[in-house]
Amino acid sequence: MTRIAARFASLRRAGRGGLIPFLEAYDPDAETSAALLAGLPEAGADLIEIGVPFTDPMADGPIIQAAGRRALNAGATLRRTLAMVRDFRRTDADTPIILMGYLNPILSYGPEPFARDAAACGVDGLIVVDLPAEEADLLLPHAKANLLDVIRLVAPTTDDARLPKVLEGSSGFVYYVSITGITGTRSATTAELAANIPRIRRITDLPIAVGFGVKTPVQAAEVVQIADAAVVASSLIATLAASLDAKGRAGSGTVARVLGDVRALAAGVRGARVAA
Amino acid sequence: MNEIPNDVASTGSSGSNSLRNGPDARGRFGAYGGRFVAETLMPLILALERAYDEARRDPAFREELDYHLEHYVGRPSPLWHAARLSRALGGARIYFKRDELNHTGAHKINNCIGQILLARRMAKTRIIAETGAGQHGVATATVCALFGLPCTVYMGTTDVERQKPNVFRMKLLGAEVRPVSAGAGTLKDAMNEALRDWVANVRDTYYLIGTVAGPHPYPMMVRDFQSVIGEEAKAQLRAAEGRLPDVAVACIGGGSNAMGLFHPFLDDPSVRLIGVEAAGKGLDSGEHAASLLRGRPGVLHGNCTYLLQDDDGQILEAHSISAGLDYPGIGPEHSWLHDIQRVEYVAATDEEALAAFQLCAKTEGIIPALEPAHALAHVAKIAPTMRADEIILMNLCGRGDKDIFAVAERLGVTL
Repeated sequence: MTRIAARFASLRRAGRGGLIPFLEAYDPDAETSAALLAGLPEAGADLIEIGVPFTDPMADGPIIQAAGRRALNAGATLRRTLAMVRDFRRTDADTPIILMGYLNPILSYGPEPFARDAAACGVDGLIVVDLPAEEADLLLPHAKANLLDVIRLVAPTTDDARLPKVLEGSSGFVYYVSITGITGTRSATTAELAANIPRIRRITDLPIAVGFGVKTPVQAAEVVQIADAAVVASSLIATLAASLDAKGRAGSGTVARVLGDVRALAAGVRGARVAA
Repeated sequence: MNEIPNDVASTGSSGSNSLRNGPDARGRFGAYGGRFVAETLMPLILALERAYDEARRDPAFREELDYHLEHYVGRPSPLWHAARLSRALGGARIYFKRDELNHTGAHKINNCIGQILLARRMAKTRIIAETGAGQHGVATATVCALFGLPCTVYMGTTDVERQKPNVFRMKLLGAEVRPVSAGAGTLKDAMNEALRDWVANVRDTYYLIGTVAGPHPYPMMVRDFQSVIGEEAKAQLRAAEGRLPDVAVACIGGGSNAMGLFHPFLDDPSVRLIGVEAAGKGLDSGEHAASLLRGRPGVLHGNCTYLLQDDDGQILEAHSISAGLDYPGIGPEHSWLHDIQRVEYVAATDEEALAAFQLCAKTEGIIPALEPAHALAHVAKIAPTMRADEIILMNLCGRGDKDIFAVAERLGVTL
């Protein structure tokens, strides 16, 4: 069983939804980012999403765009992001790690060596924003050969006729992009989620995570009453950004403040009543 | 007249060996092109493809397009024998395809008319666009004014600064210009922001892309709307000289004016096709926009194509004196034509373009835009090496009014 499948199985046994915090690799620097990553499981992260910095993040709002710029200025590369995961695995063998990013750095690395190295470093799943089902053959065979889950984005614009095509070849879980928009902007209503999540459940048995616009413990708790996990990104990065000094350097409280937010989100998620 | 090529192209000469049949069903020209967009946009891209496919087969759509091209844009644009320039350079006979005489002063309007008619057909109620030099922004604002549709144009802050006249023109035409400060504040950043707007406004908004790049079907569709340039020039040159040109030259940023000129000549092997990229401060200076000559294939803005990028696949900033060429990518069909060597790709520096800009003004009484000044810089290199009975056809794709402030500054003149 893959780490992702094992984690969702144990969440199901515990009768609760999961929390998936997001951090951008190397934001604001290698050391702080590694310390954050290392602290996430204890703070209540059930799975972890790591953003791979890219110069042109077309699906991201201003908060994650800024994180990507800080990370690139700090020397982030795809290779160094993999090394960060490898280091994390020395102390944590169980928490699933999902890389989320854009296609070009993977193409530049080479899809086949990338999939091999990612698996070897302890990465469990990949979300490639600009790789829709129609183009997925570029990466899918290499991911499968290395037992990496390819996690698909489903959007409110994905209609029922298209859903089976989008989910073809996907594994791990389904990432429902809850709004039509970029990251960190508006939030979906509970009614919108209640209308859309069952649509996906009818097509797949995979767990469903909801992201884009999930910011507060209350929102995260609402999400896991309908879906299986909540992804929180921009609000955590906003906390990180607010802790930086005028030159954009991490302060002594940066890691603690972000992990404090994660603890509050985890409490929200764990306190939510989940339908059986 | 002004026929949009069908999938079995309109010249009647193209069979299975034609170079004019692309793209394939996946939107690929060889290995390039495709549809690399977020899932949120994917259903929209597929709907656009279906709508365009229906429109181009509909005689009523073509009729409406032709009507606007003739009576609003002012097509056909003239073919001008640049006799004084030809004599000054010595050698080949040089002809200009004068798309700078179109309404709004550049070739961009050809595509805008086509796409705004398509947007209306799709019942979209809001138009967004990206712009570099501002020519596409002005053309988009123009057609939005003509059809009474609200228009938002994304433009990098660097470009807003160096293309002030066009910013004001867009505002006069009723468009909202949103400056984009991300990155270097140029065309690439404007395109990112337009894509972000589209993903947030999927139901009512039509994204009117200005060049032969982006996800399928844009590269094909924009090329089809711009092919009127090459079709007309071919017929006009046949009337003037009774034959095809020996060489056809166009500048390349995203590559729409060049694709429009080249496409009708792709199956004429006697015609040398030359695309001129912007070499900025020099091809080895690290400050240029030569995606084909100094880039390698990758994926950006929805398509696989040659890109300026570093070893990690991060996109590099382009540089050119010309805002319209200042883009680190290029249309995917050009990438394919480069690989199969049907089109030769060369480059001209900022300095060479500035010299050509002035030469054109003084010998022909035409102030060209800095973009086609790059094409002219290459014409100035090759014309003297050719015989007097040989013909060069160059696309003069835009006029230079927008550039006089930037050029004055470079020449040390205070206006």
